[in-house]
Amino acid sequence: MENRIGVYICHCGTNIAGKVDVEKVREYASHLKNVVIARTYMFMCSEPGQEMIIKDIKEYGLNRIVVAACTETLHGHTFREAAKKGGLNPYLVQMVSIREFDSWVTENKEEATEKAKSLIRAGVYRVNYHRPVETTTYPVNSNVLIVGAGIAGITAALVLADAGKHVYLVERQGFIGGNMAKFDKTFPTLDCASCILTPKMSAVKNNPNITLYTYSDVEKIDGFVGNFDVTINRRPRYVREDLCIGCLSCIENCVYKEPKFISEFDEGIGKRKPVYVSFPQAIPLVPVIDPETCIQFRTGKCVQTCLKGCPTKAIDFSMKEEKVNVKVGAIIAATGFKVFDASRDSKYGYGKLPNVFTTIQMERMLNSAGPTGGEIRLQDGSVPKEVAIINCVGSRNENFNAYCSRVCCMIGLKHAHMIKDRIGADVTIFYTDIRANGKGYEEFYRKIMLEGVNFVRGEVASIIPSENNRLTIIFEDTLLSRVRKKEVDMVILNVGLEPHDDWEDVRKVLNLTCTKEGWLMEKHPKLAPVTSLSDGRFIAGAAQFPKDIPDTVAQAEAAAAEAMSLVDRGVVESEPNVISIDENKCSGCKMCISVCPFNAITYNEEKNIAEVNIGLCKGCGACNAVCPSGAISQNNYTDDELFAEIMGVLRE
Amino acid sequence: MNDNFEPKIVAIFCYWCTTQAAELAGTSRMTYAPNVKIVKTMCTGRVDPQFILWAFRNGADGVIVSGCHPPSDCHYEDGNFKWFRKYVLLSKTLEQAGIDPKRLRQEWISASEADKLKKVITEFTEEIKALGPLKHPIREGGD
Amino acid sequence: MGKPKVGFYWFASCGGCEESQVDIADKLIDVVNAVDIAIWPVALDFKDSDLEKLEDGELVACFLNGAITNSEHRKIAELFRKKSKYVIAYGACSYMGGIPGLEVSKDKESLIERVYLKGDIVVNPDKVVPVQEFKEDGVRIEIPEIYERPYSLDEVIDVDFYVPGCPPTPNVFLDAVNTLLSGKIPEKGYVFGSRKSLCNECPLNKTKPEKVLVKEFKRPHEVILDPEKCYLAQGVICLGPVTRGGCDSLCIKGGMPCTGCFGPLEGIKDYGAKAISYIASILDSKDLDEIRKTLEKIPDPLGTFYRYSLPRSLFYKKRVGDKK
Repeated sequence: MENRIGVYICHCGTNIAGKVDVEKVREYASHLKNVVIARTYMFMCSEPGQEMIIKDIKEYGLNRIVVAACTETLHGHTFREAAKKGGLNPYLVQMVSIREFDSWVTENKEEATEKAKSLIRAGVYRVNYHRPVETTTYPVNSNVLIVGAGIAGITAALVLADAGKHVYLVERQGFIGGNMAKFDKTFPTLDCASCILTPKMSAVKNNPNITLYTYSDVEKIDGFVGNFDVTINRRPRYVREDLCIGCLSCIENCVYKEPKFISEFDEGIGKRKPVYVSFPQAIPLVPVIDPETCIQFRTGKCVQTCLKGCPTKAIDFSMKEEKVNVKVGAIIAATGFKVFDASRDSKYGYGKLPNVFTTIQMERMLNSAGPTGGEIRLQDGSVPKEVAIINCVGSRNENFNAYCSRVCCMIGLKHAHMIKDRIGADVTIFYTDIRANGKGYEEFYRKIMLEGVNFVRGEVASIIPSENNRLTIIFEDTLLSRVRKKEVDMVILNVGLEPHDDWEDVRKVLNLTCTKEGWLMEKHPKLAPVTSLSDGRFIAGAAQFPKDIPDTVAQAEAAAAEAMSLVDRGVVESEPNVISIDENKCSGCKMCISVCPFNAITYNEEKNIAEVNIGLCKGCGACNAVCPSGAISQNNYTDDELFAEIMGVLRE
Repeated sequence: MNDNFEPKIVAIFCYWCTTQAAELAGTSRMTYAPNVKIVKTMCTGRVDPQFILWAFRNGADGVIVSGCHPPSDCHYEDGNFKWFRKYVLLSKTLEQAGIDPKRLRQEWISASEADKLKKVITEFTEEIKALGPLKHPIREGGD
Repeated sequence: MGKPKVGFYWFASCGGCEESQVDIADKLIDVVNAVDIAIWPVALDFKDSDLEKLEDGELVACFLNGAITNSEHRKIAELFRKKSKYVIAYGACSYMGGIPGLEVSKDKESLIERVYLKGDIVVNPDKVVPVQEFKEDGVRIEIPEIYERPYSLDEVIDVDFYVPGCPPTPNVFLDAVNTLLSGKIPEKGYVFGSRKSLCNECPLNKTKPEKVLVKEFKRPHEVILDPEKCYLAQGVICLGPVTRGGCDSLCIKGGMPCTGCFGPLEGIKDYGAKAISYIASILDSKDLDEIRKTLEKIPDPLGTFYRYSLPRSLFYKKRVGDKK
């Protein structure tokens, strides 16, 4: 019996029809073998568009559908559902992209129309070989793993926990809060960062639905969407969390009377002891002992005054790594960012000249719980009188990062205000553009301008040392069209944001796709900003791309909602593109087993054939390519389907 | 070299990386030569050398296969390596059989590299134009 | 009614198929008693007229071996088709082109050049090349037209069944003869032998590890093979997985890996491409340079993977009637 194919060509407004002569293409398609009806419609994905398919299936006895429109990624699901409603197996549908792959990328109208004909012809040839594919459903585990406990991770965790889901929140630093915990005030409202963050951190600690693993890494994720098997590696802090009462006497009693080692939390401008917390309100309020600097670890011989003075004897130098295994249904990656290393752009003299700081170092300096107690000081302890803030360091620069880091202009304005406010210094901002495009941002910019902050539009060519430990900035003043010099006491480099150094390793473990810079990639820039390309995994916050705190929180709540939607759905559909092995053809040669990366195929010695466990099959099709007996067939990507499609794009 | 020659090129792209790049190229309205028609598989590991020969036989003057970057971008671990090994052996076989191996191009294009995709498609189309239509008994087979 | 008449013939052939037919040894007597061998050039005197004078369909079956390389072959093949009820392509050469099939060249000029002028072992100082027609002193001599490439039998005539092998093993030949004599005629296009690949019946398959991963491919003369372990797993290119079985694993039992003479199984469009697919895939390397270097060491992939099947491959195969 011959197939009865319905072909539906979408105008997509003028997106397709503006380039492709859809009527000509419809006419062409209607004459192809087995095509019973060919239609065009303004928006196939709309209700009436889908209804058209459903009606035609009944009226024309269609058993195969081809939809020529946008992409399968965007609307494959839509049309499969429509077919299902019409009584057809959803996989008897083939979507052909004549928008992203044709009308949007072809200049000439005739060429675009001809290309559409070829692509649709290929779809029609292919769909003849489609077979009904049945999928099963698996129950979804209602727990959620959140990687990263900065403001994004914390927000998502609270939303989910309050909804009754159990959250495993994993943070690789010893303490939660991420970069936001380092800030002093936030723009444009000048809210104190700690004031808004610490209640949330506290809520995380106290929520019975959140299991917090700090100083821990996600080591491995097995399984599939809805049923992930996660191995978490808890690094030893050498202080027992179950015994510690957070009195911090160990820090006071440490044999090092003064902090001696560079504090990572203070971004290099402060010091800590080998035993430390990032700040006195840290959560968990359990110190970490750094084995690289602690005398006990380095020499084996310390008087251990920390342990001696600990009221609960919580210090335990013998602690080891601990592996924890948890099962979750969804994963949210909120791994945050780091700042651009300003020493890479040598013209600023960062790391060489005195008193050249980055904005994040300035946050620590401004923070009253920071290394200077909130006092703005030069390295020699004196108060600066003239301060320069240089924008776009490492950003909007083809030599480093081409993108704009979005938040730095506002940070610069904020710092200008706070410096003026605290020490009355003369502040100049060297800018390229001032990007103040958020709610209240432009008004804030205006306010700073009126406070007497100087603004110079132009790039800084270099910073050189001058007398009395001062710094001379050589710059182009574009508004005056001149190269000028200015002497200041302190320079603050407004560094851009970047992904963490180890983003490649992290993304491998989490099985996420990244852009070439290392930002986590969303499934669709407009319509799916918090969903990753891998099922069951969501992304949130600055790890996806630089953004301010309001956007971060919004995205985190969105990711939590997506995760909750998945988990509450309760079931996931099994992988449709799995393979099957025809035992009448299988010769037992074991080539398929040799190439399967998921160990989904095993050898049945008795029958001398290979057998597949479709629960493990992820649908890559490598075994289909390899099977020398032609016994293996991949659902939706069979040899027949692909041979037909290839022929179809080339000829009648 | 026939100036009116418009080559026919089949592109076999994996879904996760290069197809996404092609979709991004579309969303970004990057234009490229219409000679290249995209056929997708979930993974380049699925690409059977028979597909390449079939493409040449049915009228392709050039074939591009593109997938995720080695070593670790492949959604299915190492499908891209499996394809690469087939490509190396197939390439030499094509040459021995009298088909210029330059007509089969192998690329790694990730989901965000829409600009690379446009560049590769444009370059390859020009290259095949210069090579001219494929003249080989493989074209006289029919089926 | 007399015994069913059968015929045998050889085109571009080595004579091995003829030997294989008598290799059925004592069973030969039964065959000879059951049929009337009307045409058998290896054993009986033969003129074209012997074939021409037969009625159409008078031969119940003919077993034709050898590749088609010139117009004389074609003429005889077409005659056999006319005079036979069933035409059986016997052996790898008529089924797929066989070893002569490797003789593909860019065109006829380069073929003549290679064979008669520039070949490694050719000594032809006077540059003598064959011409189709020679006239001198009123004498005209004609030789058949040499084709620019070898063809399989089904590229020139309609073929009913195939008996694979280079040569077909005795049991496969016997199976074909007995099937025809029994009257239970298989569907057109049937290839005798097993429905599964050689691995299915190979005595060494059970020694093959579940994951066959090879660091490097060696040629059979570069290793001393352990005769008790799967050869592919030992790193030599064995085409057992992709080759039709039914040969009783004779080469394997003889200490040599399978070279693919029984051809592909049903549903495989191109034998060599499929062989390339699995051989390349089992190379155990994730280093692009190492992969290139290791696979470079296979000196002649076209010859290795298309040893018997090049004319039937996607590179060349034509439909019947579509030939030159």
